[in-house]
Amino acid sequence: MMASSYNAKEEDGHHSGAANHGGAGAVKSKKPDNTAFKQQRLPAWQPILTAGTVLPAFFVIGLIFIPIGIGLYVSSNNIKEFEIDYTGVDISSPCHTCAKNVSWNSTTPCLCSVHFTLKQPFESNVFMYYGLSNFYQNHRRYVKSRDDSQLNGDRSALMSPSKECEPYRTSEGQPIAPCGAIANSLFNDTLELYHIDSNGTRNTIPLVKKGIAWWTDKHVKFRNPGGNNNNLTLAFQGTSKPVNWRKPVYELDPLDDENNGFTNEDFIVWMRTAALPTFRKLYRIIQKKSSSTPTLPSGQYVLDINYNYPVLSFDGRKRMILSTISWMGGKNPFLGIAYITVGSICFFLGVVLLIIHHKYDTRNNSADIPN
Amino acid sequence: MERLHWVQHRCRHLLDGDSGRGWYSAPNGLPNKNFSETHGSPQRVNGKRRTVFARHGPHQQDYEAVSRNYKGNAIRTTKYSLLTFLPMNLFQQFHRAANLYFLFLALLNWVPVVEAFQKEITMIPLVVVLTVIAIKDALEDYRRYLFDKKVNNNVVRVLCGKQKAYVQRCWKDVQVGDFVRLSSNEIIPADMLLLYSSDPRGVCYIQTSNLDGETNLKQRQVVSDLPFQGAELTLENFKSRIECENPNNDLSRFRGYMEHPNGVRVGLHNSNLLLRSCTVRNTETVVGIVVYAGHETKSMMNNSGPRYKRSQLEKRLNTDVLWCVLLLIVMCLTAAVGHGLWMKNLKDPIFQVDGETSPALAGFYVFWTMIIVLQVLIPISLYVSIEIVKLGQIYFIHNDLALYNEQLDSRIQCRALNITEDLGRIQYLFSDKTGTLTENKMVFRRCSIFGIEYPHEENARRLEVYEAERNEAERNEASGRSVTLKSGCSGKSLSCRSLSCNRSSVSLHTLTNEAEEEEDQLTDHIQRRTSAFCSRVAREVVPDPELVRKLSWLCSPGLTLSDGSFRTPSSLELTYITDFFLALAMCNSVVVSSPGQPRHMVPEARGTPLKSLEEIKLLFQRFSFSPFSTLSPPQIRGSPHSFTSRLFASRKTGSFTFPTPPDSTADRSEPGPENHLEASNLTPELDLPSREDEGAGQAEERVDDITEYAQLSPEERDLTREVDSDDELLYEAESPDEAALVHAAQAYRCTLRGRSAESLLVDLPGIGSLAVKLLHILPFDSNRKRMSVVIRHPLSGQVVVYTKGADSVIMDLTEAPKGAEQAQEIYGHIREQTQKHLDSYARDGLRTLCIAKKVLEEEEYEVWLKRQLLAESSIENREELLLESAQRLETGLTLLGTTGILDRLQEEVPETIEALQRAGIKVWVLTGDKKETAINIAYACKLLRANDQLLTASCGSKEACVALLHELRLEVQRGEDSHTEAGNHGKSSSDSGASFVLVIDGRTLDWALQEELKNDFLELSCRCRAVICCRSTPLQKSRVVRLIRDQLGVMTLAVGDGANDVSMIQVADVGVGISGQEGMQAVMSSDFAVSRFKHLSKLLLVHGRWCYSRLANMILYFFYKNVMYVNLLFWYQFFCGFSGSVMTNSWVLIFFNLLFTSVPPLIYGVLDRDTPADTLMELPELYRDTQTSKVYVPFMFWITVLDAFYQSLVCFFVPYFAYAGSDAGDLSLGSPINASALFIILLHQVIESHTVTWIHALVLGFSAGLYFGFVLLFSLICVTCSPPTNPLGVETLQMSQPLFYIVCALTTVMALLPRLLFRALHNTLHSTAAQTDNADSEKYRRKMQRWNLKHSRDSRVPVCVDNPGLEPNTASVMS
Repeated sequence: MMASSYNAKEEDGHHSGAANHGGAGAVKSKKPDNTAFKQQRLPAWQPILTAGTVLPAFFVIGLIFIPIGIGLYVSSNNIKEFEIDYTGVDISSPCHTCAKNVSWNSTTPCLCSVHFTLKQPFESNVFMYYGLSNFYQNHRRYVKSRDDSQLNGDRSALMSPSKECEPYRTSEGQPIAPCGAIANSLFNDTLELYHIDSNGTRNTIPLVKKGIAWWTDKHVKFRNPGGNNNNLTLAFQGTSKPVNWRKPVYELDPLDDENNGFTNEDFIVWMRTAALPTFRKLYRIIQKKSSSTPTLPSGQYVLDINYNYPVLSFDGRKRMILSTISWMGGKNPFLGIAYITVGSICFFLGVVLLIIHHKYDTRNNSADIPN
Repeated sequence: MERLHWVQHRCRHLLDGDSGRGWYSAPNGLPNKNFSETHGSPQRVNGKRRTVFARHGPHQQDYEAVSRNYKGNAIRTTKYSLLTFLPMNLFQQFHRAANLYFLFLALLNWVPVVEAFQKEITMIPLVVVLTVIAIKDALEDYRRYLFDKKVNNNVVRVLCGKQKAYVQRCWKDVQVGDFVRLSSNEIIPADMLLLYSSDPRGVCYIQTSNLDGETNLKQRQVVSDLPFQGAELTLENFKSRIECENPNNDLSRFRGYMEHPNGVRVGLHNSNLLLRSCTVRNTETVVGIVVYAGHETKSMMNNSGPRYKRSQLEKRLNTDVLWCVLLLIVMCLTAAVGHGLWMKNLKDPIFQVDGETSPALAGFYVFWTMIIVLQVLIPISLYVSIEIVKLGQIYFIHNDLALYNEQLDSRIQCRALNITEDLGRIQYLFSDKTGTLTENKMVFRRCSIFGIEYPHEENARRLEVYEAERNEAERNEASGRSVTLKSGCSGKSLSCRSLSCNRSSVSLHTLTNEAEEEEDQLTDHIQRRTSAFCSRVAREVVPDPELVRKLSWLCSPGLTLSDGSFRTPSSLELTYITDFFLALAMCNSVVVSSPGQPRHMVPEARGTPLKSLEEIKLLFQRFSFSPFSTLSPPQIRGSPHSFTSRLFASRKTGSFTFPTPPDSTADRSEPGPENHLEASNLTPELDLPSREDEGAGQAEERVDDITEYAQLSPEERDLTREVDSDDELLYEAESPDEAALVHAAQAYRCTLRGRSAESLLVDLPGIGSLAVKLLHILPFDSNRKRMSVVIRHPLSGQVVVYTKGADSVIMDLTEAPKGAEQAQEIYGHIREQTQKHLDSYARDGLRTLCIAKKVLEEEEYEVWLKRQLLAESSIENREELLLESAQRLETGLTLLGTTGILDRLQEEVPETIEALQRAGIKVWVLTGDKKETAINIAYACKLLRANDQLLTASCGSKEACVALLHELRLEVQRGEDSHTEAGNHGKSSSDSGASFVLVIDGRTLDWALQEELKNDFLELSCRCRAVICCRSTPLQKSRVVRLIRDQLGVMTLAVGDGANDVSMIQVADVGVGISGQEGMQAVMSSDFAVSRFKHLSKLLLVHGRWCYSRLANMILYFFYKNVMYVNLLFWYQFFCGFSGSVMTNSWVLIFFNLLFTSVPPLIYGVLDRDTPADTLMELPELYRDTQTSKVYVPFMFWITVLDAFYQSLVCFFVPYFAYAGSDAGDLSLGSPINASALFIILLHQVIESHTVTWIHALVLGFSAGLYFGFVLLFSLICVTCSPPTNPLGVETLQMSQPLFYIVCALTTVMALLPRLLFRALHNTLHSTAAQTDNADSEKYRRKMQRWNLKHSRDSRVPVCVDNPGLEPNTASVMS
């Protein structure tokens, strides 16, 4: 790109002249072109960053950042979030026994119920998350342990999964579907939420399980083998369920073909590995019923847990989170505070620079070099 | 692509350059040793010999037996063939450490336990680098292949065995033993022995410019005593056998013999050999027998690899790369230990894929994984980038108009590609004097004959006028018009002359444009530059009236009898004068050609056309046999023609009456009558044909002519001369001094008209053309410092030796002629006077040469001749024997006189030296000249100032040298003390105070360079502002440079123009060659070749500084970029159990460095301008910043690394906190991190850039666009690719959310805030500092001006007397 205007011929001509310059070669002056580019006189903006030139930038940044920060902070504060740890580490915790007894091998489900109170009503859609702590879903070997082709419905990959899935690749001579450590460690607690109204009756809160996965994942990335119309049981014939699973993949949601097999949304959500060891994953959505009543009115609630997922072995924690979201996502005061801080600092530095500018920088700051 | 071509061309250039090396290995005895040290002695296989028979000749069996192993003439310079390209290229590439590192990483990734990315991904950098270089190599090789093919298929006429005739053959089919017939301007296909030349004297001229760049013609001679001499060469009559050396690469050496069937052996030497790739010139037909073909030819054997120097910055860079390696290891160790500890605290986690591995082993694995993950920290691509950046920098240096020389049409040549930034760090500059500081356009200035000085006042004035005129012409040319277009010449002859004489004359140069239309081969620009030494100013010498008057006695002494006011010169003096000019005209190796037939021989004169010759000869014999007899006027009176008319007649008729060889009809027709008539019609002086017949009465008129001529105003004289010298001869000399002397002789009508192997044709005043039998030429060499010719004197018939040489040598060799006491006395007086004149010439900065003569007795000559012939024909020790023989001859000489040749300073030399000194560069001048000359030049170029204290070191013994050095040191000490005292009192005296300048001569330098004394010498020289080494040999020059370079550890630059500077240029860190008048050796061995000394200031002060600061900044930026990006990955390890996982798609990770952020640093490195060029030129002091490498110091490196750490912390943790606890996936976290890292990295460059042009903007925008385009596209279409980190839908989703932009904005601002603040504060404070600097230098300059003013007023030293070029400068200082 730089040499685009450079004429290599000119030089070469000189060279090949070595072979036959007896011939009358046309004389061409070797005088370099007097162009701004070649003479390095391109008009340039010369950012001489002095106190005088940067201080407007500082003020501008300050003036922009502080309002944004306030906006972020306010909107973050408007988000309602409720979080409850149901791991059952404490003896007092209702799930303590389950936590102690549950293991991957246990076949009988362990049930426990956690009561909690929402002090404020949750307006609009409420997102229900399960949260895991100290769970390194981002471990290098763990992250790799999957076969995207298999999950995309590739038959050959279904029958012979990628080596990356080892040691969860085959079980009893049959390929595991879905293979790999991620799938194997699928979160399998089931959570049910009830509202206890004033007269003590448990009202089931409808939890929508569709729409929790990304659209692209649901429709592009994850596909059942053999197309959607086929019988899933047939499609997964000759494969084995993951070791830790209680039921095969085609029975994840027997009621809804759309949500079964690899396209099961809970499965899809789990398969998108979390960035950090403490994470939450969307479990269900509680949809707003009407504009008049809040989605979750304040009051007593009970969370029924089908406790299957052992986390105590690695000091993990399990949580259930209810949250509304805003345009900037979930509740996070950090960004608002950070914006306000940075904005303030910039403003302050702007003032400092102004002082310095008046003290030292008396020179005429012409940023553009005339050429 | 064009860039690659260019690279390739440059490399080729380098390769070509090496072919010239052989030239200076032999002629100079002294530096020989040094050269062999530096680039290996020429291979000499003395034990084996090569035997050559004619290919289709009588000795068919012998030929086949002998020639089987000789190579054919086909050449193959390609490195690879189609089949071998891949393996060989890969093999060669893996010699580079960087590629091995890549390979290691790629292989490491194949180990399953440590595998970090997909296997193919780590291959990408390796594959990219290998492919890029392989493509470059392939293109280069392909072009070489095409070139070979072209060369191999060139057609030449070869004697065919069957047809017994010369048939057309391709070069590649030529074999050893073939007879090849070439005509003029054909290129020689192989090394051949010259067997036949159409030239009757058996010579042929070749031009070796393809080999060494020298454009003067070299004479080659037919093998002597061939049995078929004269007859057409046929296969049958060539029965001889040739024995010669095995092929070697010594261009200047060829030894062997030819054995004829009758057993006679004829010695063969270098002058019989036609070298491949030279061009035959001026000779109609030559026939030779091939002795070396193809790769065994000398020119091919001289091809060696390109010049490689490692720059200082690169060394510095390597230590920082090592620091990076250390950093990498520390980071990997941290990760390994962290992973081990993390593993230890885990109990059976569900996410642990294989729990069996022990923590220690897992940690070990992680160590290697991390090396793969963090590989980018080692900036391997930096090396490739640096090379590209340097190419870009060289491209701009190459294209700089300020480094372009209009007159020579030459740009700067950058021959070394990798040391551009060293130009910015030069601390010591070693300069040759002649041709480097000065023009090396020698102009005859004055002379002293017979102990009488002829000051040539007119000549001096003329030089000044010329200077002014030239300035004017330059000004005029600047405005696009040429005013000095001389009228009165026919277009044809005008163009011819201007073609060959445009070396210095601006006005003539412009004329060439008009002449270009002519389909003359001379229009080739190489040709145009050839006739180096016939600049107008050198040709025109205004004769000294006194000398003219004396000379006129030679032909008409009667005239002065009638005019009693003139002192009558003694006849002895007259013989001296005649001999002096004869020596000037003859004692040289000048090749004569006339403009009508450029570069062709002037036909040889066989007879003497003038009737009066016999009489003059008689007269002359009387002079020489009875030196003290008075003249007898009647003899002269009888002379029928006046001087002028005779001269005219000779000129006019000479070319017609000379019998010309029968086969040179084409040559003869050229200077035909039309031309002459045409020319003479135009000349007012010459169009009086009647004058010829007017007889003796014209004597007065003649003298009037001459004196009148001398009194003409310069303009008129110009015109006269212009017309007068229309068929003027062109002289091509090996050294400019020679040409100057020949022209000087010509000015006194003692003209060299032609030259052949056996005779010289000389015009003598009052006599006309004389054929002088040339017996021998003992050529100049730097050991003898003289050259001699042995001739048979045309007038006296004696064998005379004329010697011309350095005064120191000649003065020692001369002795008073035996004979009368009176003569002894006179001679002693002459010697004394001449010595006095010599000294005064040297003081005036003139180059002095002594002319001496010796008359040999016939017997004496016979004896010497025998030894000389023996020496010439010997195969072993030929050089030594010849030297010895020459020394035997050159003794007992009679001193005739001395000449002073002016070598004017190049333009703007004083300014350049001053600028360089202000830039903190110590300038040393190393010259072979006399002390006085050197000092004078030093004054002239302002290296020495009037109040500088001159320390002269000149002593005869080592002990004296010890004492002297000690004493000088004390003196300097005292001077410094008093100086500091003064400095304490008056603070401003530091600038104007006297400083010391050391002048040391060659002999003392020899002592000073010895081990025991060199520290003293160093200490002394360090305290001196400048050092002038005079009378130094090439070897000493290089030793001085080496001493300074090694002992002081500074960057040195050596600049020179001649072969004697080559060793110095090679030793210095940066060698600069001045492509001047003395061939191309210096250029060939240099790193940069400029055409003027003044170019150095722009080259160093602007380009050097730019290159250095650009490169240094780019390197820092590169480190920053890598550390910054890699640390992002590192911080993530704290949140993924140090398992070596990444939050980015691995393609993006690899491409981030390779694609998205690779071009901006290159642009930054090529285009950034930290200070505008004119500021740098005005304030050379700014150079000191880079000189002491303020930009790239360890401190800056660590600051940069720390900043990178900070930025990466911000860049990682802002998104971290923004996404902590949320449902973000790993790639979702990586997306804002990557995007903000890109913004930070690009904007960081904007902050660091000193200039932002549209190119910068374009590239930055392109980089950002490329990144976003790539990741968006990738996250749209990549469904199952890139398995562990499948990006499908990630970026699209992220970028649709405002959070992404909020995070990016915050991160970018936060990360760049400190750097911005730092820059702003630094610039604010620094700019005030710069301002004060500015004011300081302003003050300094004013002080300098005042000082100069004072200096020029009292004019203690006659600086400007002979340096008209200086006058305007001092004038401008005053005004």
